[in-house]
Amino acid sequence: MLKEILKILESDARITTKKISTMTGVSKDEVAKAIKQAEKDRTILKYKTVINWDKVEDEQVWALIGVKLTPQKDVGFDSIAERIYRFPQTRTVYLISGTYDLIVLVVCKTSHEIADFVSQKLAPIEGVQETVTQFLLKRYKEDGEIIEGREEVKRQPVTL
Amino acid sequence: MSTNPRKRHGKYYVPQRVNQISPSGIRRFFDLLASIEGVISLGVGEPDFATPWHICEAAISSLEKGYTMYTSNSGMPELRQELSRYLKNSYNLEYDPDSELLITVGVSEALDLAMRATLEPGDEVIMPDPCYVSYKPCVVLAGGTPIMVLANEKTNFEISATDIEARVTSQTKAILIGYPANPTGAVMTREKLAEIAEVAWRHQLLVISDEIYAKLVYGVEHTCFATLPEMKESTILLGGFSKTYAMTGWRIGYAAAPREIIASMTKIHQYTMMCAPTMAQVAAIEALKSGEDSAAKMVEEYNRRRLIIVKGLNNIGLPCFEPRGAFYSFPSIKSTGMTSEEFAERLLVEEKVVVVPGSAFGQCGEGYVRCCYATSLADIEEALSRMKRFVAKHQTA
Repeated sequence: MLKEILKILESDARITTKKISTMTGVSKDEVAKAIKQAEKDRTILKYKTVINWDKVEDEQVWALIGVKLTPQKDVGFDSIAERIYRFPQTRTVYLISGTYDLIVLVVCKTSHEIADFVSQKLAPIEGVQETVTQFLLKRYKEDGEIIEGREEVKRQPVTL
Repeated sequence: MSTNPRKRHGKYYVPQRVNQISPSGIRRFFDLLASIEGVISLGVGEPDFATPWHICEAAISSLEKGYTMYTSNSGMPELRQELSRYLKNSYNLEYDPDSELLITVGVSEALDLAMRATLEPGDEVIMPDPCYVSYKPCVVLAGGTPIMVLANEKTNFEISATDIEARVTSQTKAILIGYPANPTGAVMTREKLAEIAEVAWRHQLLVISDEIYAKLVYGVEHTCFATLPEMKESTILLGGFSKTYAMTGWRIGYAAAPREIIASMTKIHQYTMMCAPTMAQVAAIEALKSGEDSAAKMVEEYNRRRLIIVKGLNNIGLPCFEPRGAFYSFPSIKSTGMTSEEFAERLLVEEKVVVVPGSAFGQCGEGYVRCCYATSLADIEEALSRMKRFVAKHQTA
């Protein structure tokens, strides 16, 4: 039941519990209870909006930074990762397989700010061996939503 | 050239057989529709999803590789093999890919072929009323006579074996059914279908079962008619990809039947159609091989909308039985005192919402309208609120 509720919420965070109740056949109270619990145990992390920032006059520079680490005794990568994700500039931090250990999505106002972040904050952290900064040039799809060129195809208004 | 005094009008050349088919009852409605802007349509009969990308991609890459020629008349061998496997997995039915399956241009062609391949002039075909709009014309064009068995809300729009048997005569050749049903969304239980199977068996009738909506069922199981005892040998199973995989524009479907019937259908198909479009066949292979997840996601979404629309219609005073299949709801509009055509027309003019008058599907559809929920939730909700205003204004009782 929770999974079904979460799927509905993931595609529309503003939907009412009443509607979820109709869609799932679960009573309104139980839906509300399940959501409360999921919020409490951080299954639901937060409610947010997927925005096409290119439409807004708000300069933002995004960079995906690959980070190579030296693992530390006992704690592995976790404590270095924490030192990195504590910075508010980092929007997403994942541990990954392959050439790099971490991939860090950093959002700043200018490329200069990103350069400062990398050279003054990220690279000097003990255990960080190497960083590769890749600037984002164009967004095609954001969180499952295709950004441009999604044409509305016209259906025939009546077919039998 | 001088004027020929014996000049004929086009009408002169149209045969009685075609003339007797009444044009779709909502022609006027279409014309009206074209002149209005900002309409929300619950009048469609197809998914609002685009074909899943992996299916499109398979077709595109086949074009790039040069798969642009005819295929075998009965369809690409690989597609028939995949289809045979699919029917085995879904229903545990064994159809020989070489002799018992035919790939057609949508179920529409398969239905036409089934009629032309089996009917003698004057043969009677029993079918439910209301039913999908092509059933009657296909029978008539093949020289047969449609015999309608009424299905109404009291029986959840299922037809009963007793009613069918009461209409059997020495001329009866076949029973034509389509469940899950367009326009009602009704699904028949295995028990009820088994009773129909007994009637078919007793009178040696052929059963044509249009199961295009087989995969769109909600909380119930679809029964494939050919799985009923003794029925595989006397059933033409019609199915397709349009509704399950959102592939209406590809025009691809199939028939599964005993070899003699498939041979007869293939004969007509090879002279009239040659083969189904090659790229659509490639897409269908991809759909059968790995379309299950995309199909399941769409069903999940339809089900949410179904629950919203059914509850909504009931709340605004249009009683609606719970449809368990397809993507249609079929509310009663009797409380407004209007005919279904009048209701649809005035709803369009006054509130810009399109629904299909139930009377387009047979006399038993009078008093109902078909509302399709294969449209976005936002549109369904907006349509419901417009309809609420409309019903409140016109309710007589």
